[in-house]
Amino acid sequence: MSLSSMRIAVLVFPGSNCDRDMMVAIERLTGRRPALVWHKESSLDPIDLAIVPGGFSFGDYLRCGALAARSPVIDAVLDHAARGGAVMGVCNGFQVLVETGLLPGVLMQNAGLKYVCRNVTLKVCETVDSPFTRNLSVDTPLTMPVAHNEGNYFATDDELARLEDNGQIAFRYTDGAAWGPANPNGAALDIAGIVSSNGRVMGMMPHPERAISAELGGSDGATLLRGCLEALAS
Amino acid sequence: MQVIVNISLKEGVLDPQGRAIARSLNDLGFQEVDEIRVGKRIVLDVDETDPARLHQRVARMCETLLANTVIEDYEIEIPDEQ
Repeated sequence: MSLSSMRIAVLVFPGSNCDRDMMVAIERLTGRRPALVWHKESSLDPIDLAIVPGGFSFGDYLRCGALAARSPVIDAVLDHAARGGAVMGVCNGFQVLVETGLLPGVLMQNAGLKYVCRNVTLKVCETVDSPFTRNLSVDTPLTMPVAHNEGNYFATDDELARLEDNGQIAFRYTDGAAWGPANPNGAALDIAGIVSSNGRVMGMMPHPERAISAELGGSDGATLLRGCLEALAS
Repeated sequence: MQVIVNISLKEGVLDPQGRAIARSLNDLGFQEVDEIRVGKRIVLDVDETDPARLHQRVARMCETLLANTVIEDYEIEIPDEQ
């Protein structure tokens, strides 16, 4: 499959604000505009990738991602994932995916109690076979922004050990080009992103779609997204 | 009937907000404060008169949406029952 024949859906909730950035990033990389799908849709056309974008879905009411995770379109995403379909969540999208149970753990308030908006550097980890890491080099750190108040990944010690043993930790905060402490939010094991046990679902706090051109401060996000898209297309 | 759901962080889950509030109280002279845990209180008005059934339904609501049982515990209180 060529990149331009990939069918990608970007979900849109009330309060999503990275949906269009993601659409632009995907269109730049594939040459095809992804579909924006409103949260009230209860079915999805056949797709190769569902993306849950960043933002403040439902105003972060109750818990970040909690209300979005119970919206009609998520049932369709769960069906897609159950068939082995690929799903990616960024920032609030990651929070939504842990609330659905597609990914383990929870994203708690940042340990520093402050909203953090700055670049971080990520180390790509060895994982279970996954399209989200397969084409990325573990030796090439990637720098891109985070922008969140609840990115502090938490899971029980048993769950964390399981994630490590199964190779489900995809990205960790590490020292690198970004200024400031490597871990911006107190996340356990410096976790910035994880994959499901079958490698087909990925959630990450940093925003690759905000780092797709040198003019805007860096293109490591494009490197990450291109790697994922090419792996999914091959 | 009115139902009150109290949601609290599980023991062992770090509560940075609670810690910051405790530190502030210490700074204000309330040295006796050791630890603070911050929770949520949700008051529901539910169209159901049977307390047992009400309790069961609200427990379902907690498991489905109101609490994230990975990190939170919940308690259901039905004031009229007492």
